[in-house]
Amino acid sequence: MIGSRSYRGMTVLWCAVAVVIFVCSVFPVYWMVKTSLQPNSEVRTPELQLWPETLTLRNYETVLLDPGRTPFLPALGTSLVVTLSTVLIAAVLAFLAAVAISRFRFRSRTGFIVAILVIQMLPLEAMMVSLYRVLDGWQLLNTILALVLVYAATVLPFTIWTLRGFVDGVPIELEEAAMIDGCSRLGAFFRVTFPLLAPGLIATGVFAFIQAWNEFLVALVVNTRPDLMTLPVWLRTFLALNGTTNWAAIMAGSTLMAVPVVVFFLLVQGRMASGLVSGAVKG
Amino acid sequence: MVQTQVPTAASPAATAVAAPPDRRVGARDRRRASVLPYALLAPATIVVLAIIGWPLLQLVILSFQEFGRAQVFGRPAEWVGLDNYARVLADPVFWEVLGRTAGFAAVCVAITMVVGTLVALLLQRLPAPFRILLSVGLLLAWSMPALTTTIVWGWMFDTEYGVVNQVLRDGLGLAQFDRHSWLIDPMSFLGVAVVIIVWGAIPFVAFTVFAGLTQVPGEQLEAAALDGAGPVQRFLAIVLPQVAPILVIATILQIIWDLRVFTQIFALQDIGGIRAETSTLGVYIYQTAIAGGEFGEGGALAIITMLVISVASIALVRRMLRSDA
Repeated sequence: MIGSRSYRGMTVLWCAVAVVIFVCSVFPVYWMVKTSLQPNSEVRTPELQLWPETLTLRNYETVLLDPGRTPFLPALGTSLVVTLSTVLIAAVLAFLAAVAISRFRFRSRTGFIVAILVIQMLPLEAMMVSLYRVLDGWQLLNTILALVLVYAATVLPFTIWTLRGFVDGVPIELEEAAMIDGCSRLGAFFRVTFPLLAPGLIATGVFAFIQAWNEFLVALVVNTRPDLMTLPVWLRTFLALNGTTNWAAIMAGSTLMAVPVVVFFLLVQGRMASGLVSGAVKG
Repeated sequence: MVQTQVPTAASPAATAVAAPPDRRVGARDRRRASVLPYALLAPATIVVLAIIGWPLLQLVILSFQEFGRAQVFGRPAEWVGLDNYARVLADPVFWEVLGRTAGFAAVCVAITMVVGTLVALLLQRLPAPFRILLSVGLLLAWSMPALTTTIVWGWMFDTEYGVVNQVLRDGLGLAQFDRHSWLIDPMSFLGVAVVIIVWGAIPFVAFTVFAGLTQVPGEQLEAAALDGAGPVQRFLAIVLPQVAPILVIATILQIIWDLRVFTQIFALQDIGGIRAETSTLGVYIYQTAIAGGEFGEGGALAIITMLVISVASIALVRRMLRSDA
């Protein structure tokens, strides 16, 4: 009896700890959204105010509609073009490469796998020095193409590695059965294996999306023209121009940048996790 | 006949590559396999070679050249051998930055791993509704972009209207935190940066370790409990050995990520703080090469940084290959 009571006591304690950690995790996000919905005058009060007194969308209006020196909408457009192109290119190229590595045994296959892992470790922060020079030489500075190429190249190792796990997870016997039933090898692949890879493609696509959407350093260095800013660079410029005096507007900008990623992440997370688990287990 | 069942919807490309129907089915065809995998790998390889391989080679070359502002404007770059490396290694600022980066990463990794593992153990002990609640909270923190996270924390640590100062002053009655500046003192600045990075990194560790914990067979734990093993003993003798590989991989990943840290430090310096006294290697390379125009010296710095990080990377690659075999 005492045992079960102390067990229940422990559970209550754990639940309390969980609530504390939950609050710590959520609070900054809450604070961002809360500040973004308050008038700046109310934000600039010395008293502690955990709930907003007045709710307003004015900060979002300022960010979205005020053309000013740092218009939001062109940056959003650039970010969308860059991100979606990256996802598309990375998904197609990674898919082809993953099939090669998973379904074929060829010379230098191990070499490729090692190369994938090693390239993934290369710090882009260090590579920037020469990448800047190389892109300059190719006349690609201040182009959207440069960002797409760099992002695609940097996410490829991880996407190939992950997709390879998913292709491994589909037993070759399924394809062979389809081929016995008369499918061509390619037909068998696209009718049997490909549909089973959808979770893998979604997982890698989301990964590429988040990487490209959030990337800051390359975008900062490669694109110096204001009309080619991506959202992270826009946010930094916005922060600098508002001199941390208009935190309400800065939080509105931060929220606008974070929302697509957070929503995407939360929506696909369940599928992604189950996909990653099933993909990692070899068939 | 088998052929009659061949799908007619196959695209022209598919029929062009497809095997003739009388071929042996199922066996991996040697001749075609010798070309096809390389063709499939070619596009990805070309992109990666052009965007990562070629600049990497250029980086090595650059690090042996005199390449400053004059060379950017067309003056031919001179070979200077190891001069750039000598200059970097003789610069006390470099050693300061290196030490700061290593210490910073060590603190971040240690806190992230310990707290992340504890959160994973907690997740395992929670009843379902609380586990879901905590998972959602962690997911939310995990999904936040590093840049927005930094800016939000920068706002929370604001000197005048930041919520942290308000809570410490009004909530806990600590008057010394009225208009306390968190970012001006380098150690305090780095402390705030640790909070930002750890906050964003704990969910990854917690979920990864939690996934590992669910693989630990419950029978073994029950048997050990019947044999009189306490919770600590059970953890050390049964759980830890099973999740050790996951912990090692997560730790190495954290080491690599925290040594590379750029966005959080750079953005926090925008909000406040003294650049010269708070830069880590990534930011220092940016300041030297991109902002300062010293590409040769920046190249040497970049190569040295890569060598530092590669110590951790090699360990990780070897582990991943072993688990792959």
